[in-house]
Amino acid sequence: MSEQFAEFENLLRKALAPVEPPAELEARLELNLASIVDLATEELEAWELSSMGDPRNWTRIARPVAAVTIGSAAAVGLVLVRTQRKRHKRRNEAAGAVDLAGRTLRDLAREARRVADDVF
Amino acid sequence: MASSEHTREQKARLDDAFSALYKAHLRDVYSYSYYRVGNHHDAEDLTEQTFLQAYRHFERAQRESEGRPLRPWLIRIAHNLAANYYRDRSRKPQTPIDDAGVLSAPHTTEDLVEDRDDLKRILAGVQQLPDDRREALIMRFALGMDNREIARALGRTDGATKVLIHRAIRQLEEIVKQDEGPDA
Repeated sequence: MSEQFAEFENLLRKALAPVEPPAELEARLELNLASIVDLATEELEAWELSSMGDPRNWTRIARPVAAVTIGSAAAVGLVLVRTQRKRHKRRNEAAGAVDLAGRTLRDLAREARRVADDVF
Repeated sequence: MASSEHTREQKARLDDAFSALYKAHLRDVYSYSYYRVGNHHDAEDLTEQTFLQAYRHFERAQRESEGRPLRPWLIRIAHNLAANYYRDRSRKPQTPIDDAGVLSAPHTTEDLVEDRDDLKRILAGVQQLPDDRREALIMRFALGMDNREIARALGRTDGATKVLIHRAIRQLEEIVKQDEGPDA
């Protein structure tokens, strides 16, 4: 690097010396940032308090309830389908209408136990 | 609520880190803004906007920086805002940089008397440089950033940045020589 180039760089460094920000800018910026931080904290706390009352958050609560409901409905459906499959066998073996009803109930209970074991 | 307590602690840590970043780099952002826009009034606006913008994206920047310094990221925000500033207002820094800039810089009185004309000529020359060269010089000399930091702020390679700075100085030298006239 030539001496002239180094000298010019030195001048450039002086010309582009760092500029101190005005004191009032520093104070204003700190105030603005502090307000934003406070707002964000208040928002977080307000959200916690209102989360149960806000319909937009109901989905969070409803999700497990819905899962249990949907799961139960599916289990009941499975019991019914399995019991229904055996209806011809029950009809052939039953001695009468009362006996058929009794056999159907027993099958329902048996299938319910099996599904309960499988699912839960 | 344990998770919200954790969130609050995380947020407090983040705010502390941002406060440290702000304290460490307020002067850098202000200097950069000042030399970009050429007056204190707009430099204050630009600095304020830069830090507000930075606060919004600080968490992600901190995560993605993987421990590297965040100054280039801050300066890049200021750079983008300055570009918007000129685009929105359809203006360029036509006027020379306020004398107040040179006067507020940490020079001794002797320096000022001796070099004042030279410094004015150089500042006027800096304003005539293409945007990328001007910015590179501001980052190098006003902020003391090294090639790697400047490269990150400008989105270039280290090698390309080194060449950019060298060419910027050469071009500025030419501009200043022409301005001095043949008798200089």
